[in-house]
Amino acid sequence: MKRKALIALPATALLAAVATGCGAADMTKQASPYANAAGAKTVTLSVQSWVGARADAAVAQYLLEHELGYRVDTVQVDEVPAWDALSQGRVDAILEDWGHPDQEKRYVRDKRTITDGGDLGVTGHIGWWVPKYFADAHPDVLDWRNLNKYAAQLKSSESGGKGQLLDGSPSYVTNDKALVKNLKLDYQVVFAGSEAAQITQIKQFAKEKKPFLTYWYEPQWLFNEVPMVEVKLPEYTDACAAKGAKDPSTIDCAYPTTPLKKYLNADFAKKGGKAARFLKDFHWTKADQNEVAQMIAEDKLAPEEAAKRWVERHPDTWKKWVG
Amino acid sequence: MSTAGTTVTPHITPLQAVWHRPAARKLLLLAAVTAAVAPFAAARWGSGAWPHALTVDLTGPLGRANDWIIDNRDSHWLFLYFFGHISNAIVVSVRAVYVVLLALGWAGVTAGAALLSWRLAGVRAGVTALASFAVCGLLGMWVPTMRTLALMIVAVAASVAVGALLGLAAGLSDRTFRALRPVLDTMQALPAFAYLLPVVLVFGIGVAPAVLATVVYAAPPMARLTALGLRGTDKGVLEAVDSLGATARQRLLTARLPLARRELLLGVNQSIMMALSMAVIASVIGADGLGDRVYQALSTVDVGTALTAGIPIVLLAIVLDRSVGRRSAGRNGWAQSHPPGRTRTVTTWVVSIAAVVAAGRLAGTSWPSTWTLQIAAPVNRAKDWMVDHLYSGIPGIGGTADAAAHYTAWVLDPLRSGLQALPWWGALALVAALAWLIGTWRTALTATLSLAAIGVLGRWEPAMDTLSQVLAAVVVTLLLGVLVAVAAARSDRVERLLRPVLDVFQTMPQFVYLIPVVALFGVGRAPAAAAAIVYALPAVVRIVGQGLRQVDPAAMESARSLGATGGQQLRQVQFPLARPQLLLAVNQAVVLVLSVVIIGGLVGGGALGYEVVFGLAQGDLATGLMAGTAIACLGLMLDRVTQPVKAKEAN
Repeated sequence: MKRKALIALPATALLAAVATGCGAADMTKQASPYANAAGAKTVTLSVQSWVGARADAAVAQYLLEHELGYRVDTVQVDEVPAWDALSQGRVDAILEDWGHPDQEKRYVRDKRTITDGGDLGVTGHIGWWVPKYFADAHPDVLDWRNLNKYAAQLKSSESGGKGQLLDGSPSYVTNDKALVKNLKLDYQVVFAGSEAAQITQIKQFAKEKKPFLTYWYEPQWLFNEVPMVEVKLPEYTDACAAKGAKDPSTIDCAYPTTPLKKYLNADFAKKGGKAARFLKDFHWTKADQNEVAQMIAEDKLAPEEAAKRWVERHPDTWKKWVG
Repeated sequence: MSTAGTTVTPHITPLQAVWHRPAARKLLLLAAVTAAVAPFAAARWGSGAWPHALTVDLTGPLGRANDWIIDNRDSHWLFLYFFGHISNAIVVSVRAVYVVLLALGWAGVTAGAALLSWRLAGVRAGVTALASFAVCGLLGMWVPTMRTLALMIVAVAASVAVGALLGLAAGLSDRTFRALRPVLDTMQALPAFAYLLPVVLVFGIGVAPAVLATVVYAAPPMARLTALGLRGTDKGVLEAVDSLGATARQRLLTARLPLARRELLLGVNQSIMMALSMAVIASVIGADGLGDRVYQALSTVDVGTALTAGIPIVLLAIVLDRSVGRRSAGRNGWAQSHPPGRTRTVTTWVVSIAAVVAAGRLAGTSWPSTWTLQIAAPVNRAKDWMVDHLYSGIPGIGGTADAAAHYTAWVLDPLRSGLQALPWWGALALVAALAWLIGTWRTALTATLSLAAIGVLGRWEPAMDTLSQVLAAVVVTLLLGVLVAVAAARSDRVERLLRPVLDVFQTMPQFVYLIPVVALFGVGRAPAAAAAIVYALPAVVRIVGQGLRQVDPAAMESARSLGATGGQQLRQVQFPLARPQLLLAVNQAVVLVLSVVIIGGLVGGGALGYEVVFGLAQGDLATGLMAGTAIACLGLMLDRVTQPVKAKEAN
């Protein structure tokens, strides 16, 4: 039995390869093996690891399933690999992109495998934040010029004698190392490694009312639970942005404010029918997104349940998307 | 050692006496070489960290390779006619299995699995399978479980096929065996996280790269065990077969393969376990299924949901383990149970398959949604309670946060600065000495070259950082592990209580540990160490426990009759006699701890792990691949430094 199996397996594999492929096998045309199984129409959405993006996906999924009759799969991958996946058709849409000029040029303008899906309606902003209780006690911490004064208070076991600037996932857009160097700050960037780890650490600090300085962004549900105030960095200018685009290590100004965008796989945009139209029309506000995100992350509701509650409360908003 | 004793003559100088001890001879030789080379090297390149002059910067070429692959991925023939077909074959197979599983429906799959386990491994395995699949459904994880199962079936089949072929080649030819063994050794010491990136780059994210990464991880044990089984065939049997005039082919098919059945089955079992442990890691590259649920839950710090998805993985592992591997330990294997009444067996099978399909059709495709049990909320409450009460403010000892700070400040920081301050040639000499003492000059050379390769790649400092984390965690793991194992070896009740716990902890995906440890220990190297210790502990406990139990009862009896106390028995009889197992435990601890310390990059462990995470997240081949290679070298070095068993074989 065994020996036959031994010989038969590779032989079958070879046979299958020969049978399926006297021609070319384009990997960009290979969808997920789980898609469209058992006769369902499937849409695959990329979900990024932060909760805002999960809120977008949860609501889109709920409406696609309950209003339009699709089956929705979600896949979590980091941002840059998600762009690759989108261009290869492994996923059909990214609902919240924070700006990836390199990928946009490569896939949207040059290769045309991805199309612009319009604005999400939410504006994203990255910056440095301190907890409100710390800012209230020391209002001058809110100017970057005074940060060095507080470095000693913000030390941790990982920051090597300097103040700790807590960063999150390596996949997020960040210039923090360059900023610390160019602004001559007595700080060490400590990467939490993932957003989950960063949030856990922030909450732990907040519970103890300890001071901290963190890379963070809005919209983000965590603000409702741990109120934070932004530290003012040198103003963002076009000149500084141009300089930074050439050499990222020279950046010495704040992060820009980014209108978040949706992107669709080009084929899906053309042939995706109702689902593609729905995703293009999907457009909501920061308050909407936070409402869902908080239900997911704070009240620990299943994303589906959170989406359901939001959908019941705001029919006026989504009726326009499915029409 | 005994030869040294017999050759000692009365008129011997101390130096000569030292020379007669092999260990001392090796050390002296090494010291001489170091003394000759080090001053020159130190004068030429300095004595700090690895000299910059000796590094090779691969960022440029790797960056270009990265761009080339992305630009040509959908047009070049290599991708269209080679990688494309591999990817396609995988996608088609996974889909086929998945569709069959869906068509069988929940009742069909559950009944089918129970029936299969029952036939393969007895009633208990059948009941286990039945209960396990029912629990997967109850937890509301039916569809993800089926996806993971489909992926696993394909990945395990491919791993077994590839592993068996390699093992066959290595088992039949000495040259292949010699060439293949270092490769297999390396694969086994390599953290899976390190090679996800190249696979993703070529295949994109999704099921295909996940299956491939799993096969790379799970095939080596199969290959190794197949080769071992074939090579271990009794010489007498072979001669007997030869004398009957059998051809080489007949000899293989009638004597060697059947005699190696035990190893083959064990290989399949090992492959399955390795494949399942990849289920979650593969989700980082879009493998979907249970792993993806765990990964998504962890991104919202939702330990309860992560556990809900983690339990089915453990259950799948238990079911597959019980139904495939356990039989090999018994007397009669699969093949022997076949012959009597073949037609009746076939009829039974046909009838049961028909029954399974009918059950599936009647009960519907997916698990009924009303029959589910939510465990996420209570688990999260329990976790919150633990964190609230342990994080700080325990009178006297402080809390876990303080423990973490102390561990970092008093153990990790000095160790790291020590290692980073070690002159590079000193580090090389030290590794060579350690590896040579318990191994051969060959293992010493491999270990030294691996360490040097890290330096050449320019990853010396982060590698020393990672190394300090590994060493500290290994020491803690071994201390705890030996303590627990001694307790278990002395009391049957402790052993019985411990066994299922060890089973579960060993199959639990590493990722599930990561978030609770952040809650308990904050962000940084301490939580990574905690996760690594929890992960490596079961293996250490198990191996040490086995070693202590295997000690010859006669030796124990005579020690007792001489009036040795429990402690004396332990120190003077059990530990010395269990030395091989203790060394094996060290080796396993090192390999397992390294694999989690790398994943610790996700919770602020920094160093090489962070660079791999960064490479994956940013699709940056240069950073990720160099860090990955450095990790591989570090793993190889650590493995060689702690691997005494092979040396004996080689001698």
